[in-house]
Amino acid sequence: MVTSVTNFGRSGAYDWMVQRVSAVVLAVYTLWLVGLIFFCPMDYAGWSALFGKTSVRIFSLMALLALGAHAWIGLWTVTTDYIKNGLVRFIAQAGCGTVMFFYVVWGVQILWGL
Amino acid sequence: MLVSVYRYNPERDEVPFMQDVEVDIPAGKDLMVLDVLALLKEKDPTMAYRRSCREGVCGSDGMNMNGKNGLACITPISAVAKDGKIVLRPLPGLPVIRDLVVDMSLFYQQYEKIQPFLQNKTPAPAIERLQSPEDREKLDGLYECILCACCSTACPSFWWNPDKFVGPSGLLQAYRFLVDSRDTATEERLAALDDPFSVFRCRGIMNCVSVCPKGLNPTKAIGHIRNMLLQRAT
Repeated sequence: MVTSVTNFGRSGAYDWMVQRVSAVVLAVYTLWLVGLIFFCPMDYAGWSALFGKTSVRIFSLMALLALGAHAWIGLWTVTTDYIKNGLVRFIAQAGCGTVMFFYVVWGVQILWGL
Repeated sequence: MLVSVYRYNPERDEVPFMQDVEVDIPAGKDLMVLDVLALLKEKDPTMAYRRSCREGVCGSDGMNMNGKNGLACITPISAVAKDGKIVLRPLPGLPVIRDLVVDMSLFYQQYEKIQPFLQNKTPAPAIERLQSPEDREKLDGLYECILCACCSTACPSFWWNPDKFVGPSGLLQAYRFLVDSRDTATEERLAALDDPFSVFRCRGIMNCVSVCPKGLNPTKAIGHIRNMLLQRAT
C-alpha cells in the first residue's frame, strides 16, 4: 500500500471512479452546450432565460464540480509523475487546487448571479 | 553487420557512450542477437551483458534492441536489424551497472511487494491442495512470466514511479495469486493494492503486451485486478 496525503480520495478505486463519472458528466454537458451553440442560435436574452432555469443551473454546477474533481485528479497524477522534488510538487499541487477552487466559486457566482 | 552498443564502465568512463562495432555474420545464417553479442565479446572481452539459458526461459538477457525491449537469445537479427544496423541498449529506466547490465533491485522490490507465494490459512491436507482443471486453467497466461523485466522497463508509469507503481510484471503475478482458487489471502492482497499508485497508475498503453517475449498480457491482468478492487469497494 502506497500512501499519499495529497490525492483526492485516499483510494485508487475511488479516484478512478470519480475520474470516469466526472468524464461522463463533462461529455454530456459538452455535447449539450455545443449542440445548443450550433443548432439553437440564441441572443443574449435567450441565453439569459436559459441559464435562469434552475435545472440548467444545477446541470451547469454539476459540470463545474465534475471539472474541478476531474482536473484535480488529472493534475495530481501528472505532478506526481513529473515533479520529483516534494516541496516543488506540493507547491504546484497547492497552486492547482487554489485555481480550481477559485474557478468553482467564481462559476457558482456567475451561475446564480445572472 | 554494424552493431551500435551502449557502453559504460563506471570505473573507467565518466559518461555512457555508444560504440560502433562491425561484426562478421557467417553467410546464410540468421543469428540471434545473443549470438551477435558473443561475437562482439570475442572482439572485446570487456563487454558486459547477462545471459544464462540462451533459449528464452531464464529471462537474463532482456535488453533494448533497436528501440524495443526483448530477449536477445530468442530475437533473430532479421527481426530487429534496420538498414543492416542493430542498436543495443540496456533495459530503459533502471540504473546501469555496466554496459548492458542493469540493477534490477527496484523491479524485484515491486515483485516482493505483491507477496508472490501461495497463502492459505486452512490446515494443509495430507497430500496436496487440489484444484479443478477449470480453476487451474485460470492461471494460464499468468504463471509463465519469467521476470525478464522487458514489460516493466517499457512502461512509462514504471519509469516515473518505479518505487510506487508495481508495474506490469508484478501485477501479472499479483493477479496470478488473486485468481488462484487455493489462495485465501485475496482480501489482504487487494487491500494492499487499493491506492492511487500500485495498480491505478497503469494508463493502459499496452507497451507491456507489445514487448512481452512470452506473449503474455499484463494489461488484461491489470484490468481484472481493477475490476476486483472496484467490486470490493461497492
